[in-house]
Amino acid sequence: MTATPVRKVAANATVRHFLARVAFALIMTIVGLLFALPLVWLVLAPFDATPSLSLSWPDWTLDNFARLAENPYALRSIGNSLLLGIGTMIIVVVLGALAAYAMSRIRIPGRDGILYGLLLLSSIVTGTAAMVPTFQIITQLGLINSYAGVILVLAGGILPTVIFILKDFMDSIPKSYEESARLYGAGPFRILRDVVAPIARPGLAFISIWTIVQVWGNFLVPFILLRSPDLQPAAVLMYTFYTESGQADLRLISTFALLFSAPVLIIYFVVNRRYGFRFHGGIKS
Amino acid sequence: MTTSTTTPAGSAIAPRRRRADDVAGLGTVRAGIFVAPALILIGIFLLFPAVWTIWLGMTDYRLTGLQAASPEFVGLDNYVEALTDPSFWNSLWLTLIFVLFSGIIGQTFIGFGLAWSVRNIHGWTKGLIEGLVLAAWVIPASVASFLWLVLLDRRSGTINGLLGTEGTAWLIDHPMQSIIIFNIWVGTAFSMQLFSSALSAVPPSQIESAKMVGASGWQQLRDVIVPNIKGHILTNTLLITLWTFNTFTPYLVTAGGPNGKTEILSVYIYETAIPGGQLGLGAAISLIMLLINLVIALAYVRVSKGRNKR
Repeated sequence: MTATPVRKVAANATVRHFLARVAFALIMTIVGLLFALPLVWLVLAPFDATPSLSLSWPDWTLDNFARLAENPYALRSIGNSLLLGIGTMIIVVVLGALAAYAMSRIRIPGRDGILYGLLLLSSIVTGTAAMVPTFQIITQLGLINSYAGVILVLAGGILPTVIFILKDFMDSIPKSYEESARLYGAGPFRILRDVVAPIARPGLAFISIWTIVQVWGNFLVPFILLRSPDLQPAAVLMYTFYTESGQADLRLISTFALLFSAPVLIIYFVVNRRYGFRFHGGIKS
Repeated sequence: MTTSTTTPAGSAIAPRRRRADDVAGLGTVRAGIFVAPALILIGIFLLFPAVWTIWLGMTDYRLTGLQAASPEFVGLDNYVEALTDPSFWNSLWLTLIFVLFSGIIGQTFIGFGLAWSVRNIHGWTKGLIEGLVLAAWVIPASVASFLWLVLLDRRSGTINGLLGTEGTAWLIDHPMQSIIIFNIWVGTAFSMQLFSSALSAVPPSQIESAKMVGASGWQQLRDVIVPNIKGHILTNTLLITLWTFNTFTPYLVTAGGPNGKTEILSVYIYETAIPGGQLGLGAAISLIMLLINLVIALAYVRVSKGRNKR
């Protein structure tokens, strides 16, 4: 007799526990759907002969891609994005590697402090907070509406993180390699080119890819610093596509959106599989 | 260099130690040449803008007209103008709401919820959920914003179709809610990944013993999980706050409109300085933003230092 209330309480707790679980699962399902909906449209609409704004099973075709290939603006903007990405990448990798190597091998007083300071600075002086002075400096330098301006600004913002990561990488290279190269009479530049650079290749490759991904998606810097439509990268053209043209050409825009997103999606998932959380963790901003 | 005077034998030891460190025979001068270009670039495009903002904020610099050619020093006028302008306070208030709901509450709770719900499952469901959330974070902001414009479209958007609310103009009727949900969509991946790795580091034995003494799921969460990942929660909150505070992407969805209802600080600076042409005033507001960034970043440094020591 005395056991019933206890069992009742236990049963109540089980029911409540069960209901809580169902509610939680339900909420997470809705959240999952909300995450999926826009992406499903992104993947399906480009293959639909008549894409609409609502999600629907496509009337499969590849015509949209053929039409996109004929559009000079779209293709040029992808080329512009590549140009900006590669230009920034070259500056960032060369300067970043040199600085990281020197910082790794020469004891500068307060070196770690400087590095942390730079990293802190780059998270404080963001594109949005510094857009006025940046615009001003680039105007004064006469680099407005030029790729040089965009590349320099992007490189300056990215470099602290790059030096930070590459220095870690350089620190892990055993010094004995350089010692033996030196015994054979190699000079510092030779050592850098023939010993250090090949060993640091994974780190340099990682930095290169990461830089291109960063620049590929960046909207604000080219939006502010570039004026002529034919210079604009895909991130900016994508925006003007549907604001200035009143009637949106969904066949063109949806295909362009997919073409523009696919490279970074592929890169991220390949790299993520290989390197895990460290890559996309603290880094993408 | 630094050790050469510390001991009597220092002069003999120091060069050898230095050489042992400097295995490539780089030398201080050449090392300086290696470091200089990067530092100069950072100096011009990162350090200088921060300092330049202070000066620029005290001038009446404009994009066009007389003040564009020869700006004049106006002291603190811009700051007075900004701080007495209700639209500035409105923008700051909107930013606060935006950061609070989309960053601190939305991304953190949904990120944690997702990490929590996939922690014990393996295989394709986990991969699918994590992949979807991650994809939202990876695709370029311009594409992400376009996808949401499509989803929320007034006439034939998918959301209206699903909810049976045809004709609802979400971006006009509920602009702030729209960009909050949009930003949760874009940014939750970070919290999800961070909490995933945090949860996997919680000692299973502690959870087991909590279960043994009959703790409910909620009690386990409160008494075992949360104390264990407190550091991660703090780190996550600070980083998310900093990033959400500085994002410009909502501009791509609503362009600050309608009637400035989504004019968060980053959009407000842009509107004031570039289309509005008031560079001096824009710089003054920028400096306020930089100072807020500084406070958040310093808090982050303190927290992460404390965590590393432990």
